[in-house]
Amino acid sequence: MRQLSKTDLGITGVSGQLHRFLTQAWRLQPLYVSLYAILLSFLIGGILISVIGVNPLTAYWALLRGMVGDGNKLAGSLARSVPFIGSALALAFAFRAGLFNIGAEGQLLAGGLTAAYVGALSWMGNLPGILTIPLILMAGTLGGAIWGGIPGVLRTKTGAHEVISTIMLNSVVLFVARWMVGSRDPVVLRDTESTVPRTKTISDTAVLPELVDSLPTLHFGLLALTGLCFVVAFINNRTSLGFEIQTVGLNPHAAHYAGMNVHRVIVLTMAASGAFAGLAAASEISGTSGYFQPGTFFLMGFDGIAIALLARTQPIAIIAASLLWGSMLSGAPLMQQEANMSIDVVRIIQALVLLFVAADAMVRYLFKVRKQDQSPFQANTIGATL
Amino acid sequence: MTTFEQAASLARLHERVRLDRGTITGLLFGLLGVTLIAGVAPTIDSTTRQFNFERPPDPAGIRFHPPTWIITIGVLYLLTAALSLGSPAAQRWARLTRVLSALSFIPLTLVLSLALSDNAGTNVVNLLGQSLVLATPLALGATTGLWSERSGIINIGIEGTMLTSAGVGYMIYALLGNANSAFWLWFSIVIAILAGGLVAALHAVLSIRFEVNQIVSGVVINLFALGLTGFLRSEVIFKTGNTSGVSTSDIGLPLLSSIPVVGTQLFSGGPIYWMMYLVVFGTWLVMFRTPWGLRVRSCGENPHAAETLGINVLRIRYQSVILGGFIAGLGGAWFSMESQAGFDNNMTNAAGFIALAALIFGKWTPWGAFSGALLFGFSRALGTRLQFLGVEVSGFEIPSEFFQSLPFVVTLVVVAGAVGQSIPPAAAGQPFHRSK
Repeated sequence: MRQLSKTDLGITGVSGQLHRFLTQAWRLQPLYVSLYAILLSFLIGGILISVIGVNPLTAYWALLRGMVGDGNKLAGSLARSVPFIGSALALAFAFRAGLFNIGAEGQLLAGGLTAAYVGALSWMGNLPGILTIPLILMAGTLGGAIWGGIPGVLRTKTGAHEVISTIMLNSVVLFVARWMVGSRDPVVLRDTESTVPRTKTISDTAVLPELVDSLPTLHFGLLALTGLCFVVAFINNRTSLGFEIQTVGLNPHAAHYAGMNVHRVIVLTMAASGAFAGLAAASEISGTSGYFQPGTFFLMGFDGIAIALLARTQPIAIIAASLLWGSMLSGAPLMQQEANMSIDVVRIIQALVLLFVAADAMVRYLFKVRKQDQSPFQANTIGATL
Repeated sequence: MTTFEQAASLARLHERVRLDRGTITGLLFGLLGVTLIAGVAPTIDSTTRQFNFERPPDPAGIRFHPPTWIITIGVLYLLTAALSLGSPAAQRWARLTRVLSALSFIPLTLVLSLALSDNAGTNVVNLLGQSLVLATPLALGATTGLWSERSGIINIGIEGTMLTSAGVGYMIYALLGNANSAFWLWFSIVIAILAGGLVAALHAVLSIRFEVNQIVSGVVINLFALGLTGFLRSEVIFKTGNTSGVSTSDIGLPLLSSIPVVGTQLFSGGPIYWMMYLVVFGTWLVMFRTPWGLRVRSCGENPHAAETLGINVLRIRYQSVILGGFIAGLGGAWFSMESQAGFDNNMTNAAGFIALAALIFGKWTPWGAFSGALLFGFSRALGTRLQFLGVEVSGFEIPSEFFQSLPFVVTLVVVAGAVGQSIPPAAAGQPFHRSK
C-alpha cells in the first residue's frame, strides 16, 4: 500500500503558498517557525473554542478589538507588555551564557520590593522627578541584580545548578514579599490604611511620566525597556563582553583556555539578567500601579521564558513578542465578556505557541521549513553546561 | 607501613588540610552548639513544657525542661565538631554524628518553638500525622521525578502534570454527577492517573522524539496545565454545578489503628495516602531489584553503554517517563479528590517544585526522596502549627511565611552542597541518538 504523502493531504498546497508569500514579502527567515507556531496555536485554540459552542471568529474578533480596538485599548496593551520585555530579556541574556534563568519572577519580585520601598521613602517627595525617577529605577535594578546574582555565585562557588536555585529563590522571595507586604505587626512595608496587603503608594515625584497626555496608562517604561533591548543587542553583537558571554555559553572550557574568567562572566550575566527583570518591575510600579503587590508578577517569569523562546532570544524580536504576549493578555477580558467564555483560552493558546516554538521540529515537519539555523533551545547547546 | 598506605594517608591528610565539606559542616555545627549552650539555654524560658500525644484535656505526653534539651543537643553539636576536626580514624564516627546532628534539628525546632511560645504543650503525634499526610503529594511527585530523571529525562513539569490530573480527574467526577458513589470517585481517580500518564507522554515525545530541551518542555507543560485546568474549571466543572464533591474516606490500618491514643492519629488516612507508601516501596523494588529497573538506571547513567548491551534506550525512557506520569496522576488525584473534594485554580501550589527539591535532597534515590518529602511535609505542617502556637523571639512573632519558605531554603542549602553533594544521573538532560 502506498503511504499518503503530504501532497495528498493538501498540506503543502496551502502552507507552501503561504511560505512562498512570506519569503517574498518579508525577509523573515529566522522567524518562520515562530510565525507558523502562532498560526497553528490560534488554529488549535479555535477548535477548542468551537468545541464549547462559541464561534471562534467572534471570539478572536473580540480579542483583537480588546488588543488594539481603540487608543485606550492599544495603550493598555502596550503598557501590559512592558514588564514582559524585561523578564524575557532576563532569560535571553542569561541564555547566551548557557545559563537557564528560571528566576525572572523572583527577580521581578525583589526588584519590585526595593523599588516600592525607595519610591515610598518620605524624603523622595521633596526631590524633583529628574532625581527620583532614576533612583526608583536604579533601586529596582539593584534588587533584581542581587537576587539574580545569588544563583550565579552559588553556581560558581558550589556548583548548585541555577535552574534549581532560581526556582527555590522564586519561592523564598515570594514568601518574604508576602510577609513584608502583609504583616501588620510589625509593619514592614505594608500600607496600614489599605484593606488589601500592599505597600504604600510611591511619592508623586517618582511616578514615570506618560508618553502621550491623553493616554495615562502608557508610561515612559515602554521606551526605557525597548531601549534596553537595543542596548542588549549592542552588547551581544558589538562588545567583547558579549563575545565572552557567548563563548562561555557555547563552551566554557574553551572560554577558560582562551583566558576568559568564566566565573566572573557567569556571575555578571546572572546579575545583569536579574537587573533587567528588576528594572521591568520598577517601571511597572513607578509607571502603572504605584505600589507593590506580590500577585502582580505572578507567572511573569514563565511568560518571559515563552517570549524569549518565541523571539529566539533575539533582543529586538523580544520587543515584538512581548507586545504580542502582553496585548493578548490585555485583550482577553473583552473576549471573555463578548464571547462569554473563559479567559484561560488565551493561556492555552500561549502555551501552544511555546510548545510549537520549542518543538520546532514539529513545525518544520508540518510546514516543510528547511532547517537553516540551529535552534538555540536545542538540548545540545544548553546541555553543555547542565 | 607500605608505600601504598603511606600514599593513602598522605592523601587523607591533604584532604583534611583542604577543608572539605565535612569539616566545614562540623565547624558550623560547633558554632551552633556554642550558641545553643552559651547563648540560648541560659536565656530561654525554663518552665516545664509537654509534648502531647493526644488532644486536651489532660493529654498523655512527655514532660521536659527546655534548657536541658537544648544543652543536650548543643553538646551533640560540639561532639560532632570535635570528631569532624579530629584524626582521620574519627571520620567514620564524625559522619554518623553529622547525620544525627542534622536529624536533631527537628526536636530542636520543636523544643525551641514551644519554649518561645506561651503554650504549655502541643500535640506532636498529630503533628507527625499531618506531616505524613502533607508529604503524600511530595513523595508521589518526587517518585515521578525519580523515574523520569533516572532514565535520563529531566522533568520540571511535575507540577503541571499533577495540576492537569487533579483538574481532569475532578472534571470527570463532576461530569458524571454521580456524587456519593465510591465507584465513580475511583473511576475519576483512575482517569486522573491516566491523564498524568498522558501529560508525561507529551513530555516524553517532546524531549525524546523532538529533542526539545527538557527544561523547556517542562515549562511548556506547567504553563499549559495552568491554562487548560483554568479553562476546564470555568467551562466544564462550573457548568455541571458540581463544584464540590465527596473525597475518599479514611482507611484505618487493621490492628494498628486501634492502638489507644496514637492509633487513630497515625494509622488512619486516605487510600491515596496509603498507596503512596506502596508506590515508594514498589519504586525501590522495581528500580533496584529487577532487571528492568537496572536498565532504566543504566539509560540515565550511560545510555550508549546500555545500548551496546542490547537495551532499547528510547523505549526504556518512554516507559519510565510515562510510568512516572501515572504516579504524578495519583498525586494530582490526592489534591482534588482526597485532600479536598473539588478543584481550585493552581491548587497544587508549587508542590511539584518542592517534590523536585525532595528528589535532589534525596540524591535521586527512592528512600532519600521519600525522606526529603517527609522533611518538607513536616516543615509545612510545622508552619501551620507554629502559626497557632505564636512563637515569639524577644517580642517579635515569627511569621508563618518564614516557615513556609523553609523547604526552599533547605533545598538551596542542600543543592549548594552543605549536606554532601547531590549528583544527578550522568546522562540526564541529554538527548540520545541511536548508534548507526
